[in-house]
Amino acid sequence: MGNVQIRLSMFPINLNQLRFTPNGRAVLTGVDLELGGEGISVILGPNGSGKSVLIRMLAGLEMPDAGSIHWQGSNAPEGQIAIVFQHPMLLRSTVTANVALGLRPLGLSRCETVKRVNEVLGRVGLTHRAKDSARFLSGGERQRLALARAWAVRPRLLLLDEPTAALDPTATEAVEQIVREIRTDGAKIVMSTHNLGQALRISDDIIFIEAGRVREHTPSARFFSRPHSNEARLFMQGELPWRISFGD
Amino acid sequence: MANFFRRLILIVCSMLLMAGAQAEDSFVLASTTSTEQSGLFSYLLPLFTAKTGIQVKVVALGTGQALDTGRRGDADVLLVHDRVAEDKFIADGWGVERRNVMYNDFVVVGPKADPAKIKSAKDAVEVFKKLSTALFVSRGDKSGTHAAELRFWKEAAIDPKLNTSYKEAGSGMGPTLNMAAAMGAYTLTDRGTWLAFKNRQDLEILYAGDRRLFNAYGVMLVNPAKYPHIKKELGMRFIDWLTAAEGQAAIAGYKINGEQLFFPDAH
Amino acid sequence: MLNTILDAFALLAHLDSGVLAIVLLSLKVSLSAVLLGALLGLPLGAWVAVADFRGKAVFTVLLSGMMGMPTVVLGVIVYLLLSRSGPLGELGLLFTPSAMILAQTLLVAPLIAALTKQVVEDVWRDYATELRAFRYTPWQSMLTLLYDCRYSLIVAVLAGLGRAISEVGAVMIIGGNINGFTRVMSTAIALETAKGDLPLSIALGLVLISMVLGLNALAYGLRQWAMYKFG
Repeated sequence: MGNVQIRLSMFPINLNQLRFTPNGRAVLTGVDLELGGEGISVILGPNGSGKSVLIRMLAGLEMPDAGSIHWQGSNAPEGQIAIVFQHPMLLRSTVTANVALGLRPLGLSRCETVKRVNEVLGRVGLTHRAKDSARFLSGGERQRLALARAWAVRPRLLLLDEPTAALDPTATEAVEQIVREIRTDGAKIVMSTHNLGQALRISDDIIFIEAGRVREHTPSARFFSRPHSNEARLFMQGELPWRISFGD
Repeated sequence: MANFFRRLILIVCSMLLMAGAQAEDSFVLASTTSTEQSGLFSYLLPLFTAKTGIQVKVVALGTGQALDTGRRGDADVLLVHDRVAEDKFIADGWGVERRNVMYNDFVVVGPKADPAKIKSAKDAVEVFKKLSTALFVSRGDKSGTHAAELRFWKEAAIDPKLNTSYKEAGSGMGPTLNMAAAMGAYTLTDRGTWLAFKNRQDLEILYAGDRRLFNAYGVMLVNPAKYPHIKKELGMRFIDWLTAAEGQAAIAGYKINGEQLFFPDAH
Repeated sequence: MLNTILDAFALLAHLDSGVLAIVLLSLKVSLSAVLLGALLGLPLGAWVAVADFRGKAVFTVLLSGMMGMPTVVLGVIVYLLLSRSGPLGELGLLFTPSAMILAQTLLVAPLIAALTKQVVEDVWRDYATELRAFRYTPWQSMLTLLYDCRYSLIVAVLAGLGRAISEVGAVMIIGGNINGFTRVMSTAIALETAKGDLPLSIALGLVLISMVLGLNALAYGLRQWAMYKFG
């Protein structure tokens, strides 16, 4: 599904000394990071460590107070980034209309829009609810709808901000399965979570952030067997693998 | 959604066009509230329209406002009752072809008990002298009736502003009568509006008949030399009809409860 | 008092064609004005809610202030514009239904815009982040929000209709209350009251009130249905 030319021009993404200090409160205190164009990167860290802000900065929704984000090739990759929040916004309208929402700025033909909407609805298993009001969906269905909406855009970079924090284990598993499929489709995925088990299940690499700073960025297997930093070790001791985390 | 908007805009346009469509053969007559509210026009104008096919659109205002409307070119024909102001209007070049049409008379109405004892007055001058401290509602709207009232105060050498019970309604004859009825006050009204007025409560005619109280109506065309859009031909047909035998007979024929309201005066 | 009201009902029982024409003209003028006012006011209100521009606070205050604009003042302003000796005199619109529609549109558009701003602003607070993330332009955001709030905005439009159909000041001055041509319910009521014919003015008032009530009932039903259907 991805666009090869853009794939070549957008990555790697380089974050240089990003600082975010709203009203003097230090949220990000100097983030350096390089993101490649493949796989699922999980941003892991305790609550309040700056995960969400980092995701929102990548989406262009927050501006850093200092530092820069450098996109290979261009500064503003329009229409190539999609984001899904913990509580997705839903229009007072049908499931179909909510999926089509993300396509509007792309200026597609009506025919192409319908085709894409039907396709993603099928892939997230919501075809049977296409004509229902989105506001009557369960929490898990809502999150699948939000993923479908992002997927329909065919993003090169998909940002997920704690997408399963409010879901039960079954719904969480469905969301994780869809995320893997989107990766297979060729999208780079950056996802924040504070759930260690989820990170272990889904990630290709881990970005561990703590107190507004990236402490570690390593392949997943190495992170869970031999974490570099003391903070990561402490974090894992405090929260055992496989234990389900309850919201935040 | 785009389709919906297109349809909406079409509907709006057609509505506006519909609303804009109007009969070609019509003109605007600015006249006084007294002629409208007495019901004279509802009786008179259908006769004219039946004969000529011309629609007359009556805008009922005070005489002062009606003359202003003519001065702005917003009416074609004026039918008003303030001879002094009419003559000035003609002299200033705003109107042409002024003719006498009819007259009725003013009457003084007030509460049955007549606290100011005006029933026994020998003429209008004495009536207004007696009313110098009475509860009195004035039109206060620069209408013909208002102008006449101010003239009567002057003839009686009274300054009504010194009377603390003197109220200015600032509205048409009907609302002024409603107010007088509610307050149990005296007021000056034309006989036509009074006869057609239904909410009289405790009011009745307490003085009438002095020639000073006669109220003459004149008709005129707004000067087409000032405003080329004035419907000169249609307007003149109305003026001619109104002042000829047929219109004059129609005026004499309008009655409420057997009582004639207006007296033809065109000769 | 009671007799007057009973007389009013008796009059309603056999409404003549003249009264019917007045009712129809009222509807035509006010519905047209509300339609135009909504076409102007809905996007304007949504735009003010969504866009960031210099002087937004001042504009918002002006808009809300216009809600309380006396109809007579607006009537006089439009009169001066449309008068033969005014800037738009050439059009010859004064004392026509079109002019009444124009005046009522100007009356209703700010009201609808101000109410729309209120409704849309609340929803915008919830939607802004996500719509910005999808790279919505302000224009696209505006249309999306208007559509999303469509059932709540019916209230704004109805408020406009209520103001339009019941106002006397502007239509009296602009229309001239010409019998059979520009006489609408509100000016007819004013005239009948002036003539002291209270039963007839109450009868017309009853027609006016029942129409406004009926429309509100319809809107209420529609909203309930929408809540049931879309949540």
